[in-house]
Amino acid sequence: MPPTDYLDWLRREGRIVVVGASLAGLRGAETLRAEGFGGELTMIGDEPYEPYDRPPLSKAVLLGRAAPHHTELPHRREIDAKWRLGVAATGLDIEARRVRLADGDEVEYDRLLIATGVRARPWPKEDEARLEGVFTLRTRDDAAALLRRLKAGPRRVFVIGAGFTGSEIASACREQGIPVTVAERAGAPLVGALGGVIGAVAAEMHRENGVDLRTGVMVTALEGDPVGRVRAVHLSDESIVEADVVIVSLGATRNTDWLTGSGLGAGPRGIACDAGCRAFDFRGIVTDDIFVAGDVARSPHALFGYQFLSLEHWGNAVAQAEIAAHNMISPSAERRPHLWVPAFWSSQFGVNIKSVGVPPMGEQIMITQGSLAERRFVGVYGHNGRTIAAVSFDNTRWLEFYQREIERGAPFPVEFPTVDRRPEGRVPVDSDFPDPALPTHGPMVTLSGYSPTDQQLVFHPARH
Amino acid sequence: MTQTSMLRQITDFANRANPYPLYEELRKTPVLHEEEDGPYIISTYHDIEALLHDPRISSDESNVTVGGDDELSGPEATGLPPSFIRLDPPEHDRLRRIANSSFGPPHRPHRIDDMRGQLEEIITELIDGLGDAREIDLVDQVAYPFPVTVICRLLGVPREDEPRFRAWVDPIVAGLDPDSRTAAESQRTAQEARLQLGMYLNGLVEQRTKEPREDMLSDLVHSSGPDGAMTTMEVLSTAVLLLIAGHETTVNLITNGMLTLLRYPQYLERLRDDPGLSVRIVEELLRYEPPVQLLPQRTCIADLEVHGVTIPKGSRIWFVLAAGNRDPHRFTDPDRFDPDRQDIQHLGFGSGIHSCFGAPLARLEAQIALARLAGRLDNPRLVEDPPPYRPNAVLRGPRHLNISVDGIK
Repeated sequence: MPPTDYLDWLRREGRIVVVGASLAGLRGAETLRAEGFGGELTMIGDEPYEPYDRPPLSKAVLLGRAAPHHTELPHRREIDAKWRLGVAATGLDIEARRVRLADGDEVEYDRLLIATGVRARPWPKEDEARLEGVFTLRTRDDAAALLRRLKAGPRRVFVIGAGFTGSEIASACREQGIPVTVAERAGAPLVGALGGVIGAVAAEMHRENGVDLRTGVMVTALEGDPVGRVRAVHLSDESIVEADVVIVSLGATRNTDWLTGSGLGAGPRGIACDAGCRAFDFRGIVTDDIFVAGDVARSPHALFGYQFLSLEHWGNAVAQAEIAAHNMISPSAERRPHLWVPAFWSSQFGVNIKSVGVPPMGEQIMITQGSLAERRFVGVYGHNGRTIAAVSFDNTRWLEFYQREIERGAPFPVEFPTVDRRPEGRVPVDSDFPDPALPTHGPMVTLSGYSPTDQQLVFHPARH
Repeated sequence: MTQTSMLRQITDFANRANPYPLYEELRKTPVLHEEEDGPYIISTYHDIEALLHDPRISSDESNVTVGGDDELSGPEATGLPPSFIRLDPPEHDRLRRIANSSFGPPHRPHRIDDMRGQLEEIITELIDGLGDAREIDLVDQVAYPFPVTVICRLLGVPREDEPRFRAWVDPIVAGLDPDSRTAAESQRTAQEARLQLGMYLNGLVEQRTKEPREDMLSDLVHSSGPDGAMTTMEVLSTAVLLLIAGHETTVNLITNGMLTLLRYPQYLERLRDDPGLSVRIVEELLRYEPPVQLLPQRTCIADLEVHGVTIPKGSRIWFVLAAGNRDPHRFTDPDRFDPDRQDIQHLGFGSGIHSCFGAPLARLEAQIALARLAGRLDNPRLVEDPPPYRPNAVLRGPRHLNISVDGIK
């Protein structure tokens, strides 16, 4: 079949399978239908629920302002799909174009969209992780269970990790008067995402709101009582904190295990794809029929030196799913690149935090509006003489301007005056990100064979 | 220049009934600067949107360096400091936050929604009051008294004082009209009226200081959040702003709305059958006939380059919201009134940190007024089209809207 005929056939009666029934999966499916896909659509999701929204789970839900099981995502349109919910995908056969399911079923596809997202990284010591009172927070079931414990009035909540989720949890606890200890390996909260200058502001927010914040320490062990309930947390500074609820908030692990051995370029850092959302196989060759979107994707971004970015951002999931879906059923000349400028928000301790661009790329930061001391400001990050990112605390409405500055490669340092430029913001300072040269746990690829015709890449899965 | 400048044409009353062809012309020169000390006029959607988020744009009159100094503009001249609409951060943010703590989320998330019942009562009373007239002036009989009553109640200003404050509000509003020929004198009158209105409100403020009530004036007087309290002068400036902005714009929104619905009767009919359509109708009205046509009070605190034109620091800048709202590069078929439009991110309430403070109230008022009028006016017809307009080019709307009806239901 000539390519255009194939595409016509695909759009009319092809089979598209979406693995991952959360935000990206749903928006992708809706886009497929909106753009005229009339064939068979199957949605596979490991959770037993229709797509729901996750950001409220660490905010309104923990405060009791929204019910954990009522954060369904609004549907933009009918998608007329066959839903396979509560069944995880366990394998992929690229040649036969088949997805294997946990219940033994197999689903065939002509085009595949992978949007399996991430899961909470568990506490590495399994016996300790099993103690009653130890939680992670990613799903609505996690949120429901945690909410029940918070309502019961725990003596002390211990949060391991002061990233965004950990900080939001700590904030929700303090708002309800629950004693909280937060332990963070870095020197301050949010350091990985926003650097030490902003992290220092976040640390003040924690402390002013009554969080017992411990930085520069690691949790070495969780101690249980004789009946298997968590009782105390042991820290690397040899202190011990008694707590009856422990929330492990150590970031996320990408859901790519099911692709091990499939031949896709998938690993702990996600699934590599091109800017058009087509997945790479592990040899670095792009596939034609497998697309990726959302938290699990890793794609090159022209604005940021073509670095492969993987973004756990709500807005990215939507934008990337729309691009992926469009490209899945479009001829190559009509395909679009995913050029969304990274952006995320958080709300904690009564402060709205929003960021655009890629702050960790910025070696320097300057406060162009407002002041760190007042906790209302815009900070701009610079990289190689250009503006690469911005962050705002309670100043969201200005970020649109800085996004345009990032998009047009505006120079850094920012020289122009602004309506609220303070003396402290005139000179850039080191943004103070942790040393990126830490060992990673990525997969390894080695080369075998001696001549160009028999040279082969060999894929070694990562050891988690 | 042989032709009349665009600036003069915009302010020319002869163009008030339909300025949209002018705006179309205006958009052809996205940054229009006609006279040496005159404003830089920005008229395309994306430029307005971008510049309203640009931290080099200032609302503070003291940053204007061209066009002769206006010795009357400083606070010394009036005794009343500028309200937050004429301030930049951080002062703007602080005052607006305090005002908002008695108006909207997070502190008072239900204040406006809780007024729904009162709004329905007020509009019902006004429409009942039309009796069995066969001809009504929508402005004088409904569109004006409705928001006046609402803002009086919300702030805590006695409704019966309306004739008194009317005498001060009119010159203040006239002072917003950027007709440069009469600028100096109308500015002076406006400043004087603003002081008078402030003194009148001070009487109420003194009462509320002693005996707080359930109204915004009491809240402003007794504000004590993390931002501290407003000074008495700040309370007065804010109260003047809220009182005026709280009704002058809504009158036009409701009147422009009824006028438009009478010009597009299919939507009036649909609204009669489905009052819920008022939400979409009001959003589209804010795009199609925005009550605030242009923002003439901005400047820049650094040289700005827009489309290759350098706007020097201290220049006056106008944002013609109504032109941006009809920009074909942003909205398909922009000159068509289409409440079914999905893509409706209009500039009717501005954008950025100064975006309309009272928007949630204005929306609710217009939705309720238009839905009730559609439901109760029997066979309404325009008596004259176009209707007579108010002189103001900024706050544009009919002075009267005479409608004949077969009765009131």
